[in-house]
Amino acid sequence: MRSRWILVLVVGLLLAGCTSGGGSDSAKGRITLRFQSLAWQEESVTANKELVKEWNATHPDVKVEYVQGSWDSVHDQLLTSFEGGEAPDIIHDASDDLADFAYGGYLADLRDLLPDRLKSDIPQRSWETATFGDGIYGVPFLQEPRVLIANATWLKRAGVRIPTPEHPWTWPEFRTVTRQLSGDGKYGVAWPLKEPVSATLNLSLSAGGELFHQGADGKVTVRFDEADQVVPRTIHDQADVDHSASPTTLGSGGSDTLPGFFGGKYAMVPLGFSYRQQIVQQAPKGFDWQVLPAPAGADGLTQGVSPQTLSIAQDSPHKKEAAAFIDFLLQPKNMVRLALGDWMLPTGTGALKDPALHTTKDDWSTGTALATDLTSAPAQSVRGYPEWKDKVATPAFQEYYSGAITLAELRKRLERDGNSVLARYQR
Amino acid sequence: MRTSTGARAGQYVALLAYLVFLAFPFLWLISTAFKSPRELGSLHPTWIPRHPTLANFRQAFDEQPLLHAALNSLLVALGAALIAVVIATPMAWVMARRRTLLARAATGWVVVSQAFPFVLVIIPLFLVLKHLRLIDSPAGLVLVYVVWSLPFALWMLVGYVRAVPAELEEAAAVDGAGKLRTLVSVTAPLLAPGIVATALFAFVTAWNEFFFALVLLKTPQHQTLPVVLTHFIGAEGVADLGPLAAAAFLATLPSLLVFALIQRRITGGMLTGAVKS
Repeated sequence: MRSRWILVLVVGLLLAGCTSGGGSDSAKGRITLRFQSLAWQEESVTANKELVKEWNATHPDVKVEYVQGSWDSVHDQLLTSFEGGEAPDIIHDASDDLADFAYGGYLADLRDLLPDRLKSDIPQRSWETATFGDGIYGVPFLQEPRVLIANATWLKRAGVRIPTPEHPWTWPEFRTVTRQLSGDGKYGVAWPLKEPVSATLNLSLSAGGELFHQGADGKVTVRFDEADQVVPRTIHDQADVDHSASPTTLGSGGSDTLPGFFGGKYAMVPLGFSYRQQIVQQAPKGFDWQVLPAPAGADGLTQGVSPQTLSIAQDSPHKKEAAAFIDFLLQPKNMVRLALGDWMLPTGTGALKDPALHTTKDDWSTGTALATDLTSAPAQSVRGYPEWKDKVATPAFQEYYSGAITLAELRKRLERDGNSVLARYQR
Repeated sequence: MRTSTGARAGQYVALLAYLVFLAFPFLWLISTAFKSPRELGSLHPTWIPRHPTLANFRQAFDEQPLLHAALNSLLVALGAALIAVVIATPMAWVMARRRTLLARAATGWVVVSQAFPFVLVIIPLFLVLKHLRLIDSPAGLVLVYVVWSLPFALWMLVGYVRAVPAELEEAAAVDGAGKLRTLVSVTAPLLAPGIVATALFAFVTAWNEFFFALVLLKTPQHQTLPVVLTHFIGAEGVADLGPLAAAAFLATLPSLLVFALIQRRITGGMLTGAVKS
């Protein structure tokens, strides 16, 4: 008898728990917008939630609901939401994830929705990262350059010239320095190249390597020219010829290299600017580190980036209000708060002038000095790029960096195999 | 046939190796959960944290609504397990006892249904649930989990039903019991270990499931624990390792607890001596 009562209680509890509650705001004439944020670090989540709270306090008729998303699964989750017509109104993502959604008609073209203030605050080179066809489908607002995080004590002791954004190392100079810093089981650099394609392509812009070339017929083809080969050759030679780059980290993620960096195995690690947050948290007491610009090539310090973006769902019935919220979120002082929370750089020229981003603490000033050199990552709008990257480029670069294939073979694979993949998307 | 000492020793070594293989990730998870960020960045990690800290647990609870998400997971998993077992038990009985075309077709369906990956069904499923107004509803998620775990639950239970001697049911029939009375009063009690094992399987499947929960639940108040755990992971797979390990450790506890509590029921030989052979 007692077990029956327990069963009834459990079923009742389940039914109560499974019933959706909540009232409807639309009945009260109030608009509710859902803002899906991918902020994940404590400071960043706090900054986002505070801004939503401030908006809600000053806009009683347009309530914004904060929805926590995840970088880990955002593409699949958004795709399903779009297909089912249940997408959030305001979508946080990255520019290299937008192409499918933009071409698929899931995102609103923002050209007529955004105020002139915001349009002029963000430079054209940043807008290009979120431009697909004729439309703009996201507001790029946070970005990060790839920098060299260096063991300052080691570099000082070795007596090498310390590069600055004004006087960076060239790629050959970088190779010489890493050779000089290596020996006795220690390496001048540890390249974390778990994702070798974006790192290589973005850095190759410094040497003028564009890899993807658009012909007169509008079709894009891969050409692995001399300029495209500068960065891959440097990495390959460091790892396989000079032995000045750790061979074991070539398949690692950025975080995986940090224990070796702190333990004195590597003098430098090329990482995204936001990794400073992890370094501040994890570095042993007294560990002296600094941020150096990535090496420069024929095109100076130019680097490709895929900024974080804010978009509006095409299905949203309140696009104007969503655009107003984006404008609020990206006011210069708010953009600075978001940038500090994520340890990244804002795209807005107004925000970039903020003194908080020019301090030498945690080397913010070095990163901020690189902001003008950041441009759209190559190929992010090329159709078929994801397949080219996964099936052709990633294994080819991994094999080349590990010494399994030659530069000629790498070129053959990127061009011959790569172009046959791209051709399928451009018929 | 006697097993030689060498072979016995080899078996124990293999068993020990298997246990280490199974336990290693979990023990490492526990170790990570109690380490400070500085210790996590150490080049020479240790099994026992040098300076154990609860800071990761504090941070995990501060940053994410873990308790609320755990309650959501518990309700959904319990609901799915309960409903799956209630549906699967009579179905399994029919499939095991009746050699009809329908029973054979159902067995075929059970096997075939295991071949479909999540991604193949998620969009049609989403549209169906949307039509039923069950998107962003824990009830919708329970429905999906029931359907998803039902084939395997059936497959498990059919095996258990076949192990129950049909003579017992025939004896009940001779005493005048109807089909339902026989199932409820004779077969079901003997199936208890199987029902518990099946419920446990359905519970753990639902408790751990991530992708359906991610796609079907929108409102943060409805999100389940696996979805909330991913909030500790950032762009390019960078993770807030300490709090993630702390939260993941807590998330494994209910499954472990349930296993520990009912382990004897699963392995108990309830049928011993039921009939004379």
